[in-house]
Order: sequence, then C-alpha cells, then structure tokens
Amino acid sequence: MNPVVSIEALEFRYREGDFRLGIPELAIERDATVAFIGPSGSGKTTLLNLIAGIALPQSGRVVTEGVEVTSLSDSERRDFRIARVGLVFQEFELLEYLSVLDNILLPYRINASLRLDRKVRGRARELAERVDIADKLDRYPGKLSQGERQRAAVCRAVLTEPSLLLADEPTGNLDPVNKWRVLDILFDYAERTDTTLVAVTHDQEILDRFQRVVDFSQFHEYGDVRPAEHGELVGAGQ
Amino acid sequence: MTQVFYVAWRYLAYHRWKTITLVGAITLIVYLPIGLRVLVDQSSRQLTARADATPLLIGAKGSPLELVLNTLYFGSDHPAPTRYAEATRVTESGLSATIPMYVRFRARGHPIVGTTLDYFDFRGLEVADGRNLAMLGECVLGSRAAESLGAGPGDYVVSSSESVFDIAGVYPLKMRVVGVLEFADSADDDAIFVDVKTAWVIQGLVHGHQDLNRPEAAAGVLGREGNRVIANASVVQYNEITEENLESFHFHGDLSDYPLTAVLAVPPDQRASALLQGRYQSDEDLAQIVTPVAVMEDLLGTILTVERFVVAGAVIVGLATLATAALVFLLSLRLRRRERLTLFKIGGSRLAVASVMASEVVVVLASGALLAAGLTLLTSQFGSLAIRALLRT
Repeated sequence: MNPVVSIEALEFRYREGDFRLGIPELAIERDATVAFIGPSGSGKTTLLNLIAGIALPQSGRVVTEGVEVTSLSDSERRDFRIARVGLVFQEFELLEYLSVLDNILLPYRINASLRLDRKVRGRARELAERVDIADKLDRYPGKLSQGERQRAAVCRAVLTEPSLLLADEPTGNLDPVNKWRVLDILFDYAERTDTTLVAVTHDQEILDRFQRVVDFSQFHEYGDVRPAEHGELVGAGQ
Repeated sequence: MTQVFYVAWRYLAYHRWKTITLVGAITLIVYLPIGLRVLVDQSSRQLTARADATPLLIGAKGSPLELVLNTLYFGSDHPAPTRYAEATRVTESGLSATIPMYVRFRARGHPIVGTTLDYFDFRGLEVADGRNLAMLGECVLGSRAAESLGAGPGDYVVSSSESVFDIAGVYPLKMRVVGVLEFADSADDDAIFVDVKTAWVIQGLVHGHQDLNRPEAAAGVLGREGNRVIANASVVQYNEITEENLESFHFHGDLSDYPLTAVLAVPPDQRASALLQGRYQSDEDLAQIVTPVAVMEDLLGTILTVERFVVAGAVIVGLATLATAALVFLLSLRLRRRERLTLFKIGGSRLAVASVMASEVVVVLASGALLAAGLTLLTSQFGSLAIRALLRT
C-alpha cells in the first residue's frame, strides 16, 4: 500500500536564523496514527507545515496523498489542503466573531472549491453532536471552555472529510479531563473513517495511544534553536 | 462571494460599535457637503421663487429683511407697523393694486394672516373644502395648518394671547373655520387667513359688546354724557363673532391709523413700479418700499458665503476622518494577521482571504454612502419644510 506521506531528501531552512531541517527519507503509512516528538525548535511543526503544503522546502520532495505537494502552485496547494488535509492547532484558532457553527463551516466559506449545502450543514451538526457541543452552536468561542473550543476546532478540521489529519499539539492547552476527551475524539474519528492522524506532542503520557512515534532528534541540525513562528514560512504565499 | 460577504458581515456585526462609529463617520463626511448643497439649492429656489412672485412691499422703515420675511413667510419677528393710510396712498396714486397685510398674531403656533380676498387671487390659492372668507370673525386654513390643528369647516380656532399681562389689549378670539385651502407647497399652507379687520378685532381695535341701551346692561352703566356712555367691566365683551352679535362690532378711532405690517403692491408694469418706488425715496417718509427679490438675493449671498466656509470646514474634517478610518482599517489588518494566517493554513483561497478583509471596508464605505444618499433624499424631500420652519421663527 502506498504511504499517505512520503518525504525524500528534504532540506528546509527559515529565511533568518540557523535553523535547518534535513530529512533524508520518511514515510507515513495510510490509516496510521503517528506522533512527532522532540525538543522545542526541532522542526515538528515545520514538518507538519511542509506535509500540508503550508511551507515549501528548499529541496527534496514531499508527496502527500499521492500528490507531489512541492510541485503545486500556491493556489493548488490551498485547494489541496482545504479538501484533503484537516488541521488542528494548539491555540484552536477559532475566529472570535463567528459562532461555533460558522467556525465549523468556515472551510466552506473561504474557498470556492468547496460548496456549502444542506448536507454539509447537517454533517456539521452531527459532528457537533458527536463531540457534545450541539447545544452551543450559536455561541461565540469566547463563551466556550478550552475543551469545548478544541472540540469545535476538531469539527472544523474534519468537516471536509479529509484523509489526513494533522494536529499540532492538540492537547497542549487542555486540562487532563479535556486532554483525554479530545484525544478520544481524534482517535475515534481516525479509526472510524480510516484517516491518517499525525500529531505533534510533548506529552509523554499520550504516546501509548499512537501506533508510531517519530523522534525529531534524528532529523534536526540547528545552531540557533527557536520554534517556528507564524509568517516565517519560506516559499509559502499567505 | 456570498460566503465571503457573510464572514465579513459577521465580523462587522460582532464589532458593531466599531462598525456603527465608522459608518456614522463616513455618512457624515459624505452627507455634510452634499446635504448642505441640496439645502442651499432648495432654499435659494424657494426664497427666490416666492420673492420673484411678489413685486413690491411697503412697510414702516426698519429692517427690509424683517419686512420681507414677515410678509412672505409669516416670520414671527414682525416689523414695526405701518398705517392703513399707506395702502390708501398707493391705491389713490393709481400706480398699483394693493393688498394689506397684517401678520402679527398666532394660533397654536400658526401665523394668523390678516389680509383681503385679493391675496388669494394674487397667490392663486383655491379653497379645497368649504368656502372663502365672507364675514368678520371667520378664518380659512392653509392645508398643513388644517392638518396640524385637526380642524376643518365648522370647527373653531382660537387666537393666542400675546402676553398674559396684556389684559386690555390682545385677547383670544374664537374664529370659525369656513374653508381649507388646497396644498400650495408654500408658506401659505401653514397659515390661518382672516380678514384684516378680524386681525384688528384680535388686537382689540375693533370690538363688540353688550348693547348698553338694553335693560340687561343697565347694571354695568356708570353714567351717560350725551352720546357717550361710561360702563364698568361687568359689560359683556364678545370673544366670538356671530351673526347675532356682528352688528355690535365697531371701530374706534380713524381707520387710516389702523396698523398693517406691510402693504403688498402689485403694479401693472415696470414703469408704474419705477414711479411707485420713486415716491418712497424721501428721507422724511416714514415708510419704505422694497423689492423682495433684491432683499432675498442679499440674504442668499450671505448664505452662499457661509456655505462655502462650512463646506471647506467639512472637507478638512472629512479628510481627517478618512485618514482616521484608514488608520483604523490598517491597525485592524495588523491585529488580524494571525486570523489571516489561520485562514491561509486551513486552505482559504488568496482571493477569499483578501476579499473577507476588503469586503468589510467596502460594506462600511457602501453603508456610509447609502445612508448619506438616504439622508440627502430626506433633505431634498423635507428640506423645504425645515427652511420654511426656520423662516417662520
């Protein structure tokens, strides 16, 4: 079976600083659940960005879901991402001025390649019910607990029924109860829909849940250690 | 694009006070110069149209503007009175037809215009309901006055006292409404028309009371000296003129000394007009003659100068407001950098992400412009009413 993510001879560095990420070869199997671990600034989030086509490497190939992401134009990568990749962030990244339902439906409002119809709305409500926020769909994110916000963010990520789910420290801002609950939701979804789940984490407690753990200590070569920041993505048009 | 507009709309609705402030500011800076222009255009048209249709005015020496505003728009500042003899003087000169005007009293805020039936012909005023003036104590209402007073033929309108301390002089007269005029889109619509003699009745110069020769008035008679009868305050004075008491109303003093606020002169031609104006050039003359259109042009000149200053000020304030609005949008863009990055990361198209932000600016600017257009439309519809109300005060 073809891997869902295949990386060859990848070289990446930011415009400023000495950070370099070099991955000679990495493959992630279909339907796998994989955890990326490693020290801060080792390039875990950067690799998620490269897999999703958010960032582009200086050299090497990234093939995601059979598509060579590195060869796509900016517009094609956006269309690819919104349809095939679900993203969950540590800070949830919900829009404060949209209701929970509108936040879940957001992908359908910001890319014309997706069409918002009754079926999609129904799916959004079903997802909300499954994660117990169906009674909070009219609320704004500011009125939700941290756990509820992340559950809404997970609904947004999976609404398009992506085959690859990328989660960047999805439980990093959650208390223990919500942490396990959100993990259950992510793993349950991955299992139910045969979706590949790749998550960046620092939390050793949850590693047992993943089929595979990739330690980034083996990849990174960095002088000036620093985490990836928003807006510093080489070759990524925003 | 509908979806993008929806997101932009939600942002504006969520930050409603910021949106309202921005839309309000844009509305004002667009509306102020345009609305003012419309108002000035309308006032120019109105002022000159009515002044154009009024050839000459004769009144006591004083402010020509006060004389014109009082006679044409029934302004509440009434000029010093001239004498009825002035109307006779012009008529006897054979140079012009005359219409006496006495605009001094009010009834529930509406001017009572004392004049003659010639005024209705001169202004082309038609009675829509009822009939025209026929008897002392009757009144005919302008269309808006009728609406505002809720009165029609058969009802009564009572004149207002000028002062509670003026016990001996102006006292309320109950006037019977006999007709309502057709809408004329002029100051006449707000007026209550009476015969000039009825206006004098309101002032107390013409009055009616119980017949002192009748037995029931005997208690009020203090003494008789030939034809002169001296009576006390118990004699009943009439505050309404009816067919029964009409005969008891009588003039005191010389009619030629009775007051008018103006005499409206309608000469048959330019020559007669010039000759008539020539007769009022003497410094000793207590009366003045004015051409309303010339007085109004002077006033318009002043208004236009003021408008230019106001527009210049509005433009400067507008530029400052636009700069502030631009700054608010730019700061908002900076603050929402993270949001744009999220939209980019989850796969928002470049056009959609840019459109969300741009739509907000477009919606604010368009709402401001639409509101300004609405206000301008309202100004063009109701500006004339506002101008008239201003002229009346």
